[in-house]
Amino acid sequence: MELLWLAVSTIAIGVFGCVAWFWGSNWLLDRIFPPRGGKAGDNIRRANQIRPWLFLGPAILFLGTYLVYPVLDSFWRSLFNANGTRFVGADNYVWLVNDAKFRESMVNNMMWLLVVPALSTVFGLIAAQLTDRLKWGNIGKSLIFMPMAISFVGAGVIWKFIYEYRASGETQIGLLNWIVTQLGGEPQIWLTLPVWNNLLLMIVLVWIQTGFAMVILSAALRGIPEETIEAAILDGASPLQVFFKIKVPQIMGTIAVVWTTITIVVLKVFDIVFVMTNGQWGTQVLANLMYDWMFRGTPDYGRGSAIAIVLMILVTPIMVWNIYNARKEVR
Amino acid sequence: MEGMAGQKSSLAWAVNISAFLLVLLWTIPTLGLFVSSFRDRDQISTSGWWQSFSGSEQTGFVRSGVAGDQIQQDGLYVIEGSAVQGTQALKAWGTGARNPAEYQPGDTADLGDGISLTVAEDGAYRLTSAQPFEITRGERIFTTTVSPPSFTTENYNRVLTAGGLGRAFMNTMTVTIPATVIPILIAAFAAYALAWMQFPGRALLTACVVGLLVVPLQVALIPLLRLHNELGIGKGYLGIWLAHTGFGLPLAVYLLRNYMVGLPREVIESARVDGATEFQIFRRIILPLSFPALASFAIFQFLWVWNDLLVATVFLGNTREQLVMTGLLRELMGSRGGEWEILATSAFISIAVPLLVFFAMQKYLVRGLLAGSVKGG
Repeated sequence: MELLWLAVSTIAIGVFGCVAWFWGSNWLLDRIFPPRGGKAGDNIRRANQIRPWLFLGPAILFLGTYLVYPVLDSFWRSLFNANGTRFVGADNYVWLVNDAKFRESMVNNMMWLLVVPALSTVFGLIAAQLTDRLKWGNIGKSLIFMPMAISFVGAGVIWKFIYEYRASGETQIGLLNWIVTQLGGEPQIWLTLPVWNNLLLMIVLVWIQTGFAMVILSAALRGIPEETIEAAILDGASPLQVFFKIKVPQIMGTIAVVWTTITIVVLKVFDIVFVMTNGQWGTQVLANLMYDWMFRGTPDYGRGSAIAIVLMILVTPIMVWNIYNARKEVR
Repeated sequence: MEGMAGQKSSLAWAVNISAFLLVLLWTIPTLGLFVSSFRDRDQISTSGWWQSFSGSEQTGFVRSGVAGDQIQQDGLYVIEGSAVQGTQALKAWGTGARNPAEYQPGDTADLGDGISLTVAEDGAYRLTSAQPFEITRGERIFTTTVSPPSFTTENYNRVLTAGGLGRAFMNTMTVTIPATVIPILIAAFAAYALAWMQFPGRALLTACVVGLLVVPLQVALIPLLRLHNELGIGKGYLGIWLAHTGFGLPLAVYLLRNYMVGLPREVIESARVDGATEFQIFRRIILPLSFPALASFAIFQFLWVWNDLLVATVFLGNTREQLVMTGLLRELMGSRGGEWEILATSAFISIAVPLLVFFAMQKYLVRGLLAGSVKGG
């Protein structure tokens, strides 16, 4: 109950504070430069120069403190030793390159980067196309989209249950092992099986992200001009040809957006690995490795920050590409 | 013509069936968790949830009564009782571990020394002998029984009344609601400035917001934790609210700016001509018109904060009192990995709220996704 009061009063204070700031600062501005009297024109011009910054102020403060400053600080900190007392130059990065766990994480992250965006986009495209003209298509879409609302941890529980292992001869309660034994195979402890376990963890993310890809691609498919499709059908194109030769090329731009958006999610993937294997059995990824160095045992802020900076460097090309596209659109 | 029509309908069938299979594939994992949350521990550990609708088969043994239980009937010494419990139905039985399903219900087994054992279909057994029984340990009767499908809400009772889930639920709420509301306000003002005010550096700022969209959270953890400690905020709700506000802002500003740019220019300009201040324009015109975009972002941020594990773990701490639901689930997975009934039920409760929000507000979520992605390309 106390907690609820705390939450409610925080909302009240937060909302009131925001409104008070915006309203108060605007009011003050109008008092200092009244938009009437002899110098009205001058005052309005001056006030209009200042006003945008009043509107932007809190946002800039937050973005600066919570996103820009940390990037710079992380970089600075990555040049220091474990507790930040001694400058070590590039030592942390040299150590990273020679560390077996880091290399494993890099390789795994690259596999994630290849598999998850590809599978999610392909499944998303298939789902979008299949459900497009169906009577129950919207319900189907909702159900495929649903995992999007489930937390990575929740998804971890759901899939761990599917991968659950019971010794050979016992009743399998994990769906995957049950299917395998029904087909005459031996049950496996999937999550400890090298390389396969990585793939099984990726499937969890594919399951979550496919809905996202489907929603975006489905809108793009609907945006394709009907004439192009009709013309192709009149020319005798088969449904498959229409899909691959007419529809897909026209939505390439959207496919690229979906691909890069999922790529960003993949680079930062943490929760799934954290709760399902915690990076054991060859499934380590960068984000979890960084968490290990930062918060387990004796924290090593230097190495943790260095890994964070590696992540930052990996997303930078996409960041540049996004900015480039956004600016192109504004013009 | 007929051939074409036939082809068409077979294509329609193929599409229907493959779409159905795809949907099924995507639904089954969640369904499994949902069904399991209504099964008790024995059921979960003895059969797969997909078998729960057909009844489950168990094998086991019971011991018959001992010499003290015997009664005399028609010159025979008899020990009677039941080999099955409750609603179980007997499928087969036996007297040795080697062949526990040797006999059908109703059969009579000869145990030697003039002793015979009959187990009826309802599970009642009857051990008879011409001589008085002297056994002090009962005979073992192996049974193969089938339990009818049964579901229970007991797990929910247990999980909700104890085990810290209620507390975690409140904690999650406490984190989520302010962390959803506050960034909306801050972002709405900033987005309005970026969309409709003229000032130097506007394009640069917009580009910065787009760039900040993809900054990995991991980069922010160490610096912010130290910053919070230096400022005296430490680990707690205030810290996590501020952190989520900061992390959510780029998307909020970006979504809202994209939406506000599309609002009709005439409305805003005529209001300006009429002498309305920027603050009035914002409050009376922009905010109400932007409702769909505000709702989209609110859902995103709600889902993201509710489902977040990393930020909560780092900024809130890990004591029992402070755990949010994702944190609690993680702990359950580690410490009680075998207790699937608790895990499944807790997991389902934790995903129920986001699922509810998802199904109720799906329209806005989709709209937000489209505004955030398609335009960006």
